[in-house]
Amino acid sequence: MRILACVKRVPMTGGRIVLTEDAQAIETRHLGFTISPHEECGVEEAVRLIEAHGGESVALTLGPPEAEEQLRDAMALGIDRAIHLVTDGEEWDPQATAGAILDAIRADEAAHGAFDLVFFGNESADAGNYQVGIRVAQALGRPVATGLKGVAVEDGSARCEQEAPGGRDVYVLPLPAVVTVLEGLNLPRYPSVPAKLRAQRKPLESASPARPGPRLELVRLVVPEGRRKEAVILGHGADAAPAVVEVLQRIGVA
Amino acid sequence: MTVLVVVERQPEGPDERSLQAVAFARRLAGGEPLHALAIAESDGLAAVLGEHGVATLHVAEHEAYSAYAPYAIAAAVVQAAERAAASAVVAAGTERGNEVLAHVAARLDVPFAANCLDVGEGDPLPVTRVRWGGSLLEEARVHGSPKLLTVQPHGVAAEPAPAGPAAVERFAPTLSEADLAVHVVERVETTAGGVSLADAKVVVSAGRGAGSPEGFAIIEELAALLGGAVGCSRAVTMAGWRPHTDQVGQTGTKIAPDIYIACGISGATQHMAGCKGAKAILAVNTDPDAPILASADYAVIGDLHEVVPAISAELRKARAG
Repeated sequence: MRILACVKRVPMTGGRIVLTEDAQAIETRHLGFTISPHEECGVEEAVRLIEAHGGESVALTLGPPEAEEQLRDAMALGIDRAIHLVTDGEEWDPQATAGAILDAIRADEAAHGAFDLVFFGNESADAGNYQVGIRVAQALGRPVATGLKGVAVEDGSARCEQEAPGGRDVYVLPLPAVVTVLEGLNLPRYPSVPAKLRAQRKPLESASPARPGPRLELVRLVVPEGRRKEAVILGHGADAAPAVVEVLQRIGVA
Repeated sequence: MTVLVVVERQPEGPDERSLQAVAFARRLAGGEPLHALAIAESDGLAAVLGEHGVATLHVAEHEAYSAYAPYAIAAAVVQAAERAAASAVVAAGTERGNEVLAHVAARLDVPFAANCLDVGEGDPLPVTRVRWGGSLLEEARVHGSPKLLTVQPHGVAAEPAPAGPAAVERFAPTLSEADLAVHVVERVETTAGGVSLADAKVVVSAGRGAGSPEGFAIIEELAALLGGAVGCSRAVTMAGWRPHTDQVGQTGTKIAPDIYIACGISGATQHMAGCKGAKAILAVNTDPDAPILASADYAVIGDLHEVVPAISAELRKARAG
């Protein structure tokens, strides 16, 4: 089978978000980057499915030249090859993102055959627009199930599990299909050094699509006020225990 | 502006988050009669929605709605928006609300702004929406028509606006083969063990500072004494020390306890996005400058391996005495 995993490069924000002067982006000069968490689980699941069923796994990202790092990370987890839709670093809105991914999928499928499954994160860690996977699925005319914590392939269909109050809701999608997944779907492996070295030599093709004008148009980012509290220091070390218990009693939970 | 609100229901009536979306939609409608859409049943809904300012309740009826079916619901939303001549469609930013409006957006090829907190006037329409699970806000302008917006759950207060019961208009949406293809086929019940993290009154959690999976024994002990649940940071689940179901954070569980006791947790934005709902936060940390102290109500400066057993011992002593 053939599986595609779509990923997004996002900064690791740490304790406090600082914006660029024009408030158009997060100041990332001192930050590392990672694959958005939900999508990392999509990559791991794609690799496991290919390990179990055979075939080819492909990772795809739309992002700046530096996003090659995340494609190499995906290939270090076991993805066979990658497609990089290179941007100039400006953010693409979800409609434009879905359009570019759709074009890339169609081109790859024309050359290599249909993807049985396309993985997306349910929502990206940064923008959280909750829609790119659904837009791509609708445009491809394929079924999509979202927010999944379980994906199993059996007899030409995907059994998909989604957490629901008191249990799990199950969908069965005929393949080819699109799925959007959540962290917790699996525990992504930690890549070995040889796997990282192999990833550097795996094939990566790139294209530079033109960015359409945004229709969900970012005006500016704002760091919310937040709680900004002056924490009451109850004490140091074990000596603080009586003061803690007093607080717990006052709140009514002790 | 004519606005249609998609209402989700719970067994006891409309979902609280849908009533919040109704309040948001009323602001957007600016005095125009407000339309709502419910799927399949309307029992008691028209009266409650009327009290929240809804003039007309459209009820989509079709056998496809016996189980959750996102494509079929999106088809009903598109058709109800046409019936109401709506210039905007609003839903709660729940998993299902966001899923359905994304389907509507794909069908109509228009933008969709998820998890909004505020809305202005004009075209393109100014909105404020959340990013990073609420750690960052985005001011954006929504082009196209109709405007599709979901409302950040608990980001806007529900406000009654008493009027008579909403007029009910039933309709049977036209559904294609593809609309019927995706639906819940089965509900697997899971037997919950202990207190659920999302509903716990007390959550005691630890980060990598616990040192090992065994390091959580003292966290479990304190949580059990307080009748609470155990949580952890993302670093802990990624290390494989605890299951993902214990993870508090943007990509884990969002909690809302009376008190959150966070031990050896620095307070990364990823984590804080999951515990914003806590009424009080007690941080136990060796570092008095850890970011979590800026969001905490109480703090103990010290090593969790000393502090947590001491709290448990003190609790036992207080109860014995």
